[in-house]
Amino acid sequence: MSRRARFLVFVAGAGCVAAMLALAFFRMPAFGGTAHLYRDLAVPAAVAHRTANVVSSVNFDQRGLDTFGEESILLASVIGAAVLLRPAREETERTPSEAGRTLESTKLAGYLLLPVTLIVGFDVVVHGHVTPGGGFQGGVVLATGLHLLYVAGSYRTLDKMRPMGLYDSGEALGAWAFGALGLAGIAAAGAFLANIIPGGSFGQLLSAGTVPVLNIAVGLEVACGTVVLLANFLQQDIVVTAGRRREEQGE
Amino acid sequence: MTALIVVSLTLVALAGTTVVAADAPERQAVTLSFFGLTLTALFLVFQAPDVALSQVAVGAAVVPLMVLLAIRTMRADRAKHKGEHRGRGGEGRSWRGPAALTALPGGRRPQDEDGT
Repeated sequence: MSRRARFLVFVAGAGCVAAMLALAFFRMPAFGGTAHLYRDLAVPAAVAHRTANVVSSVNFDQRGLDTFGEESILLASVIGAAVLLRPAREETERTPSEAGRTLESTKLAGYLLLPVTLIVGFDVVVHGHVTPGGGFQGGVVLATGLHLLYVAGSYRTLDKMRPMGLYDSGEALGAWAFGALGLAGIAAAGAFLANIIPGGSFGQLLSAGTVPVLNIAVGLEVACGTVVLLANFLQQDIVVTAGRRREEQGE
Repeated sequence: MTALIVVSLTLVALAGTTVVAADAPERQAVTLSFFGLTLTALFLVFQAPDVALSQVAVGAAVVPLMVLLAIRTMRADRAKHKGEHRGRGGEGRSWRGPAALTALPGGRRPQDEDGT
């Protein structure tokens, strides 16, 4: 496509988006107003299911299907990246050297923050239905926290602490658990992802029915998925040598 | 409260413009990380701590890291292909993957430079 044609396509697309945004903005209620239709419906529904964090109730209880779709998108993109980044036939793997310097202060900060980050990650996952956070946020914190091992230590240290098979299965298990709980909702209450577990007492760790269980499933899937995703990029960058075999070059 | 909203919205607008104006994808990755932090502040001001948490973890850490790693992978691949037969360029698997990832605003696709 020529530069001019590309520009015309861009102008057409940008014009449509601008027109639709303008239409939407002019029909919106005023900023900072007191009328919140969705809040008036969502908050009583969250309280009825004993969920202190209304956002979690919307994500995992009232609109659980949307979250299921999002998790499936994540799963699909991780699989796609893994397929694209796998070592190709003409590439060989090598053992990464320990070369490269790390500042002592970076090492200290990394190893001090590693346990703190992991604990925060678990906390955010487990208390998602009570305080801000949840499976997705906590899962990403856990996965990025693990990579402090690479920042502070070395690729080898990270590689030892990261048995890939385990994370592959963890991701699949998380996605499977979400779907299974949804199907259990159909079996018990006739609706996908219906909240079928007793509510418990409001604001406590054991409350909100299925929400904390789904949070843990999502946390597992997101943490493992992000680790697998980053591992594929890091492996392509560090381990794989882009060396073609000689006989293929001579074609 | 209104002052906080105005300040954080202005910061987001400035940081976003910086990302778009940055000329190289690796500069965009770094400025994108900063943009993620300003968005986190905005979400906090708007009393959306859940979204702010996601934003700080994904927007400020994971996405810039993945962009940088994708650029490095592509650079290594380009260095390998230099001096080789030009006609083979589009054949390798690694040409298709990272090309999609670097199709960011302002990011150049490898095909543009190859003349293919």
